Amino acid sequence: MLTMPLQTNSSLNDTVIKLEHVGKTFGEMVVFEDICLHVNRGEIVSILGSSGSGKSTLFNIIAGLIPIDHGKVAVRGTVGYMQQKDLLLPWKTVASNVGLPLKLKGFAKEDIEKKIKEYLPLVGLEGNEDKYPFQLSGGMRQRASFLRTLMTAEEIFLLDEAFGSLDSITRGQMQKWLLDMKNKFDNTVVLITHDIDEAIYLSDRIYIISKIPAEIKKEIKVDFHNEDKNKRLLSPRTLELKQEILKYF
Amino acid sequence: MKKYINTDRIYPIVGVIITLVLWQLIVDFRNVPGYILPSPTKIASALIRDFDLIRFHSSRTLYASFIGFGFSIGLAFVLAIVMDSFEIIKKALYPLLVISQTVPIIAIAPLLIIWFGFGTLPKIIIVVIVCFFPIVISLVHGMESIDDDYLRLFKTMKATKLQIFYHLKLPFSMVHFFSGLKIAATYMIMSAVIGEWLGGDRGIGVYMLRAKNAYALDRVFASILVIVIMSILIIYAIEFIGIKVLHWQTERDEE
Ligand SMILES: Nc1ncnc2c1ncn2[C@@H]1O[C@H](COP(=O)(O)OP(=O)(O)OP(=O)(O)O)[C@@H](O)[C@H]1O
Ligand SMILES: [Mg+2]
Repeated sequence: MLTMPLQTNSSLNDTVIKLEHVGKTFGEMVVFEDICLHVNRGEIVSILGSSGSGKSTLFNIIAGLIPIDHGKVAVRGTVGYMQQKDLLLPWKTVASNVGLPLKLKGFAKEDIEKKIKEYLPLVGLEGNEDKYPFQLSGGMRQRASFLRTLMTAEEIFLLDEAFGSLDSITRGQMQKWLLDMKNKFDNTVVLITHDIDEAIYLSDRIYIISKIPAEIKKEIKVDFHNEDKNKRLLSPRTLELKQEILKYF
Repeated sequence: MKKYINTDRIYPIVGVIITLVLWQLIVDFRNVPGYILPSPTKIASALIRDFDLIRFHSSRTLYASFIGFGFSIGLAFVLAIVMDSFEIIKKALYPLLVISQTVPIIAIAPLLIIWFGFGTLPKIIIVVIVCFFPIVISLVHGMESIDDDYLRLFKTMKATKLQIFYHLKLPFSMVHFFSGLKIAATYMIMSAVIGEWLGGDRGIGVYMLRAKNAYALDRVFASILVIVIMSILIIYAIEFIGIKVLHWQTERDEE
């Protein structure tokens, strides 16, 4: 076990996700032998790892979508899971796609419409209610998918490479926007990324996971004295953290 | 490109016209007797002469076809949903369905006449037997081919089985459904006609049989023409409805 528990200010009560000695195999392939990790309420935590290291599988486990072989998984709070693909339903308009979770929960039509009207501007999708997914750009699709995740649950957010396929400008906008969203809803966010800069910019903590059979190689606390995340990118501390992270790849 | 004349459409039309002209010329110049091969103009005049009769018989055929087609769709939906919900039933039924298709319809049809008489019912049953298979297979296949990621998405949204069916499986399988429907539609009139050949006193198949027995080949060809036209119109109608229902896909493909 290479997990190195760090000193955190939060009490155990504030832990919303806790994985203890989790193991998972697909047939012959061992994806995880022994994974331990935790996420505290209100944190943004990144999972950093190369392709095929089992990151999406980890999220499927946290979201309770696939069974595990051994270990313990505890999740406290409602989970919204944005998968790697945007998974918008091509036969539904933007409004129907975004409103789908509410519809499934049995909300009245007017309430759904009202909520969509209120939320679409948050992601800059106002005026696109009646468009179909094929009429949207990649970034717009991601934002619609994100909003749908928000409609599913507001407490815990699992974002699997939410911004992976976007150009760096759109990506930067989306990252800023995610931080705004986080401040507004005060939720807990776990995100999977390939991008070290993104991890440093957004997160409070970073877990680096190895190739399969995957284990947590390192837990890094992203400690900036300046709390404003927007100033992180230009700070010399970013470079130090980056150097430290790169040691593990 | 749409503004210009669609050349793809022109080729088959020109092909048909050339065939008809050659046909007419050969029959006329070589004096082929009408009981061997009637010329296109003879066929056309037979069609006009017998129009009311043909219309009556055709309407009976269409009636049996459409009732059978409707039943096929309903039955296919029920069975596809059952097969999709219970893996065991799917495993048990799927091979049986495939095997059932290898039984020649012409061999079962007389049995149906014995069991159900000369009325419309055995014809409807034959249409169902023929049309049901491509529809149910396309539906089952459509529901099967849904990406696991989509099923996971619905699970994270805490959807019930019914909601998953209504919001995901049903719309997703519509693409497959319509292609199955088109295949079924090509057989639909033909299968009713086969039923009519084996007995009964109405239907375009009955008309065709009587004409054949009288060596009135111009009327035989006229009835074939009517069957072809009805089938094509039905296929086009389904295609049209399909485009309307699947607008999200057809429009996407055009982009
Ligand atoms: N349902 C499954 N059945 C069998 N093997 C699977 C299944 N899901 C994932 N795997 C395998 O598990 C391994 C980890 O996959 P996973 O998708 O979790 O990786 P990842 O870290 O998310 O990769 P990427 O960064 O490319 O998205 C891969 O080798 C993959 O082939
Ligand atoms: Mg992945």
